[in-house]
Amino acid sequence: MLSFITRRLVATLAVLLVASFVVYMLTANSGDPLEALRTQNDPASVAKRATLTEKLDLDTPPFFRYFKWLGGAASCVIGQCNLGVSVIRGDEPVANALGNAMQSTLSLVILATVLSILFGVAIGMTTALRQYSGYDYTVTFAAFIFYSLPIFWVAVLLKEFGAIRFNEFLGDPSIPWWIALTVGCVLALVVQAVVGGHLRLRIRTAGISFALTSGILILLDITQWLKSPSIGIIGVALMGIGVGALMLFITSNLTKRTLQFSVGATVIAVVAMWFPLQFVWFYFNNPLAIVVVALLLAGLGVVAGFFLGGDDRTEAMRVAAITGALSTAPLVLDQMFMRWGDYVQIIPLRSGVISTIGANTPVLANSDDTWMRMLDSSTHLILPTAALMIISVAGYTRYTRATLLEVLNQDYVRTARAKGLPETTVIMRHAFRNTLIPIATIVAFDFGAVIGGAIITERVFAWQGMGALFNQGLREVDVNLVMGVFLVTGVAAVVFNILADLAYSALDPRIRITEA
Amino acid sequence: MARKKISAPNTEQIALSELTIEQRQIEGLSLSTVVRRRFFQHKAAVTSLIVLGIIVVLAFTSVGTIIGGTGRLAADTDSGEIILDGLRISGWWPFDWYKNYPITTPGGLPSWEHPFGQDTLGKDIFARVMRGIQQSLTVVTLIGILATVLGVVIGAVAGFIRGWLDNLLMRMTDAIIIIPGLILGAVLGRTIGGNAISLGILLGLVSWTGLARLVRGEFLALREREFVDAARVAGASNFRIIFRHILPNSIGIVVVNATLLMSAAILTETALSFLGFGITAPDISLGQIISQYNEAFKTRPWLFWWPGFFIVVVALCINFIGDGLRDAFDPRQRRMPKLTSLSRQIRELTGGGR
Repeated sequence: MLSFITRRLVATLAVLLVASFVVYMLTANSGDPLEALRTQNDPASVAKRATLTEKLDLDTPPFFRYFKWLGGAASCVIGQCNLGVSVIRGDEPVANALGNAMQSTLSLVILATVLSILFGVAIGMTTALRQYSGYDYTVTFAAFIFYSLPIFWVAVLLKEFGAIRFNEFLGDPSIPWWIALTVGCVLALVVQAVVGGHLRLRIRTAGISFALTSGILILLDITQWLKSPSIGIIGVALMGIGVGALMLFITSNLTKRTLQFSVGATVIAVVAMWFPLQFVWFYFNNPLAIVVVALLLAGLGVVAGFFLGGDDRTEAMRVAAITGALSTAPLVLDQMFMRWGDYVQIIPLRSGVISTIGANTPVLANSDDTWMRMLDSSTHLILPTAALMIISVAGYTRYTRATLLEVLNQDYVRTARAKGLPETTVIMRHAFRNTLIPIATIVAFDFGAVIGGAIITERVFAWQGMGALFNQGLREVDVNLVMGVFLVTGVAAVVFNILADLAYSALDPRIRITEA
Repeated sequence: MARKKISAPNTEQIALSELTIEQRQIEGLSLSTVVRRRFFQHKAAVTSLIVLGIIVVLAFTSVGTIIGGTGRLAADTDSGEIILDGLRISGWWPFDWYKNYPITTPGGLPSWEHPFGQDTLGKDIFARVMRGIQQSLTVVTLIGILATVLGVVIGAVAGFIRGWLDNLLMRMTDAIIIIPGLILGAVLGRTIGGNAISLGILLGLVSWTGLARLVRGEFLALREREFVDAARVAGASNFRIIFRHILPNSIGIVVVNATLLMSAAILTETALSFLGFGITAPDISLGQIISQYNEAFKTRPWLFWWPGFFIVVVALCINFIGDGLRDAFDPRQRRMPKLTSLSRQIRELTGGGR
């Protein structure tokens, strides 16, 4: 295992080295950093040019300058990065500039990638299972359209309709009854198309989802939830049940008594922990708290699974532990929403809650309150993430659909069906896992595209992330800055590739990476 | 298209009945005929082909085009009018994309005279959008041709010859793939961007990587097949085996992926121009128009809607054509035919309906 990773790492690093050389040479030759000074008539410009030439080491040919740069970059291994200084940013060390930019961009890119995979795989699977239905055709067509959308165009549209109009709506939130009913109708149509089955079942599903959606919307309106949203213990309980049910469904254990009990007990434990955890969130005001609590709740799940698991003890422990860990999300969300009232007061009056500028509100950037900062980042992340997702999701959907259809035609799926396994088990246990194998490959590919997308999205939403650094660096031919951005994206791509390889071997027992 | 009617003796009909409907449909036809026939059955693809054709004709005939020259703006020495450097072929549209005209409607609202409206300087948006489409299509075509040729040749050589050459070529491919496409494109565009032809050629020189990998995989599998041995025994040279024997067998994968590459190319080009690293002023691209009028969304939405609309339509058409081609070459994932047409086909084939 370790030797495989090392070998993979060495091979990819060699590739990265060649790539960095190519980018360095291309960038160094892409323009003239002294251009602005050359055209000036100012007598001082000659002296300025001389200093800049010296600072940028322009008398050395780019070929040798690359190795100087490489020497500095190589010292990153021992923890002292020397990526040179960025002249256009007032001689700021590139490593410094990257540090701040990296955080916002990578959080955006990773969030968008993870959400795209989740949504894309889910939608793709449902379309494959309802092949040739109206739902399938609609989604396929929509995927085609999304696939053809230029991201900068989508981003501008989102900015207008997703933020400015939505913020106007949030300023005075009221949902008229007819809108609630229409939304309910639309959702009912979609849900019955996804669930499928015979007419009676479809009508029943449609009825239930219509009543639920419209009911919830009307309830939100009556209680003025949108004006002062909160989750509270009830919200945490509802979301916990949802997470538990989803986990049971995914692992095709929905009907197993032992697992129901284990997961149910875990959810109850999470809800019971809600009050004591308030103190943890308050006194341990640090992102690390999330990890600690997730581990704690997972531990509760393990205990529940151990005592209630019966014959399926291992399985129960695993499923309950994952349920517990995932239930941290509603708890954290709850903390964030608790600060909603204060947040609305703090942010600039005109901008509205869904922000369209920057990665965070300047006033809150150095706030002591972790949850407030998280809330702030989330409202800033929503739109860029949505813009990036629209395009990625389409790709994953189409890919998952094709792969699952192929898998469902395999002999082992027929065998599984023939021995009388329920359809959920066939899909989730036998087909799903094999569908994920090829998807692991395209995740690594898609990552580069998402980074490119992030560069554009950041520009539309005025983020001071790596996209801004790259744009600035390339425009003024600041090679060090461009190389810094490339280094981060390159390393991220390498990491994703290796993760994909590991996922491969975890999913497919035929691939043994120790022997590769 | 004459469908082959079956009115053979009994024994042959029995033999035929063991073939599937699909097999009987294509029996005795050449691959290209089969593919063409299947492609024309794909309604979305055919519609897309027609729409794309109309857009191409519209874009190139309406405002005409310009050939050669630096493409820079200059003032005509006699009349003082603004002209472009190069051989200008004019079209039937009365306005030019680089000239300012008096604004006819308040705020430049779309009117009969300027159907897509005008910007603050009075430029005709229809002419600008048409010129933008021309540029985007030029870039896409160049990328498509270059990347396909390079991808096929590199992939074929790597897959067929194998050994150190394969290793070298594939490591080269890896090195290019690891650079995010937009970063590479932007650096190249910043170097010699500015006009559609140089941008298209540069991007084409780096876009072949995905196709090369696919072609290599295909060649690795096909080179072990019997027909390659047969060709070699018959004395065919490597060159002949690669291009006359193996390549036609992997033409499906090449054609489909070339199409998909082109639909990605139009999005890349517009994105680069949006960032200012692609086609730059005084020339126009759709992405550049959007970038230029980005802030005017509230006051002049038409400056923003039209260029975006055409990017989407062109990309969508190319994607649908690619889908149609995939279905034509690889019928495994074909859409279900309608039940009525299926039963009609069965009747026709079995001769029962006559």
